[in-house]
Amino acid sequence: MNTGGKPGTVPYTVPIGPVHPALKEPVMFTFKMNGEVVESVDFAPGQTHRGIEWMGMRRNPVQIVHLTDRICGICGVSHSLAFARAVEQIMGIDVPARADYVRTIVAELERIQSHLLWAGVAVHELGFDSLFYLAWRVREESMDVIEYITGNRVNYGIVQIGGVRRDITEEQYPRIKRCLTYYRDLQDKLFHLFMNDASIRMRCRDHGVLSREEAIKLCVVGPTARASGVKMDVRVDYPYSAYGDMEIEPVMPDAILGETRGDVYDRIVVRLVEIGQSVEIIQQCLDHMPDGPVMWESKYPKLLSACKKAAGEAVGRHEAPRGEVLHYVRMDGQEAPATWKVKGSSYSNLISWPVMLKGEQIADIPIIVASIDPCLSCTDRVAVIRGGRREVMTKEELTRLSIEKTRRLKG
Amino acid sequence: MSWMEDLLLLGIGGIAVSVYGVVAGLLLLGIDRKLVARMQARIGPPIRQPFVDVQKLFTKQNIVPEHAVAWLFNGAPVVALVSSLVILLYLPIGSIPPVLSGYGDLILIMYLLTIPALALVAGGFSSGSPYATVGAQREMVTMISYELPLAIVFIAIAWRMSADGIGDPFSLVTIMQYPLWGLVGPLGLIGGLILLFILLLVTPAELSRIPFDTPEAETELAGGLLVEYSGKNLAMFYTAQGVKTLVMASILIALFLPWNPSGLLGLGGILAAGIDIAFFLLKLVVVVFASVTLVRAMVARFRITQVVGMYWLFLGLMGIIALILLGIDAIGGA
Repeated sequence: MNTGGKPGTVPYTVPIGPVHPALKEPVMFTFKMNGEVVESVDFAPGQTHRGIEWMGMRRNPVQIVHLTDRICGICGVSHSLAFARAVEQIMGIDVPARADYVRTIVAELERIQSHLLWAGVAVHELGFDSLFYLAWRVREESMDVIEYITGNRVNYGIVQIGGVRRDITEEQYPRIKRCLTYYRDLQDKLFHLFMNDASIRMRCRDHGVLSREEAIKLCVVGPTARASGVKMDVRVDYPYSAYGDMEIEPVMPDAILGETRGDVYDRIVVRLVEIGQSVEIIQQCLDHMPDGPVMWESKYPKLLSACKKAAGEAVGRHEAPRGEVLHYVRMDGQEAPATWKVKGSSYSNLISWPVMLKGEQIADIPIIVASIDPCLSCTDRVAVIRGGRREVMTKEELTRLSIEKTRRLKG
Repeated sequence: MSWMEDLLLLGIGGIAVSVYGVVAGLLLLGIDRKLVARMQARIGPPIRQPFVDVQKLFTKQNIVPEHAVAWLFNGAPVVALVSSLVILLYLPIGSIPPVLSGYGDLILIMYLLTIPALALVAGGFSSGSPYATVGAQREMVTMISYELPLAIVFIAIAWRMSADGIGDPFSLVTIMQYPLWGLVGPLGLIGGLILLFILLLVTPAELSRIPFDTPEAETELAGGLLVEYSGKNLAMFYTAQGVKTLVMASILIALFLPWNPSGLLGLGGILAAGIDIAFFLLKLVVVVFASVTLVRAMVARFRITQVVGMYWLFLGLMGIIALILLGIDAIGGA
């Protein structure tokens, strides 16, 4: 199993992955270890590439929206929202206000369930299974409400180009509000259990540190960036959907704990507080729901013909639970888009692993790896395989290929 | 003819204790799993699950990795299981004295306790996997860490008894006859409680359970020491784990909770032995619940450096305090 160097020499190599109990999705790590201490790390994503963009380039935007649901099992609405917003910008669609509110509610419910899922996974990595079961049990409430609103627990299928496919009716408000009360009552208890537990504090404080400078240099996004003291949140910086009407502030650790250390503990704090923030956003949405339709055009043939006429390019952004997700779409009057590029939030965050892991112990690898909430099915857009062998492409090669492609496109 | 009778008795006793060790050990593991599941709001596996697991593992293929040192890799599980069963021969069950009583004492038990752990280490190193190698290193460090507090507990009790002029203080039979609580005054009582606390915390480390399961650490080392083991070898390690649980709980009962109800009820003969054994099993479940189940449901796994710090500084210091308390108590009482 020793892949590098002679056995018994220092540093020795520990491979973790592509499949390992510490990893919830496949990724390949190669650790150079000195005793229990990590000297350097290399990782190779691309182990779960499924060719989703390739599939999308042969479909029309209405079909792609449902494909985007399936990019990731946790952030189902994030990708479809970002994609729909890109196409809507190309087509010049003004999404009905009520649809924007429904989108916001579902997106925030998704944040709640995603953060709770993550919290459970994180403590499981620490070997604290009682808390893991608790977190996943209380997560069910948000899953139930998502199912109640959209009809599905996982692939919601609620976002459509130009609106949403289902309205939230007045009769449905009480059930949603009950869910909000449930999480409000739970907030303090959860915070106490996670943040005041001695063993969690012992394992997480001052470990996996990502300084503010490194965070900015590596362009990390979402809770990972906020925990390092970078004040950024797409919902606040570039408001979209109903977020412009809401009162939200990016959740920063120094506002809660009085200081920012950029460690695993800060990342837990940020996510836990964001659950409460999402509850308040949903409450505001329910209080100010505008009336009106939820689709720009409810007749699908009309919508499809409008899609076919669209030409131009646009970028759709959304603050997914893990950070900014970005979809670039270019259409040129054909049924299928000419280009569709997905950048998942984890794509920006994975690169911070080597910095966080350097100098840490083996014991801290799982929790540090989990602390950025990696989502590899969101990230893996490419895998280079030639003649049955996996290849790594260098920056020079990629630049050369891009120039060639641009020339080809220009004709 | 007497030595032949002795040998025969020893043989029968050895077989009986082995069967008891395996069955009771696996049963304790099953109860532990069920209880921890209930505390985590799960239904949990049926209590007979460890038996089913072992039965199934024995029918599965036994894979020896290419890089492994085969004889050591195959030998380690046998050594682990046999050595943990041997310790049982020196431990009393209920009011029944140990099969090998008179042949060994607490000091011997302390040495024997290291053999299953050493077998795990040998098995881990010989399997040729980097995960198991790291696990084996951690197991050694853990062992070095908890030996000090464990030794303090044993020595403190024996020393307190010798201070009262009781002969052969390291023998478990003697300790059972004169429970610590009956000998000491209030200061010694506090010292004794501290020793009990230390032994309760040494138990999960001895058994590699959370928070001291660093050598196995599922999410870090994918099972660590045991990662390459499968089939009957894994079944033997798993059974040894059960027997070790039984051993640690029995030691704790012998040292701190030696009472039997038969004397109180004024019973005799086979009925007394039966009731004592039933009460003993109940004590086992309570001790395992307190030192293994409850602890592993309550906390996260420690880092290996934190394990060492905790045992050497925290528990070592507490052990010395307990020793001093018992010492003052002995001087004051005498």
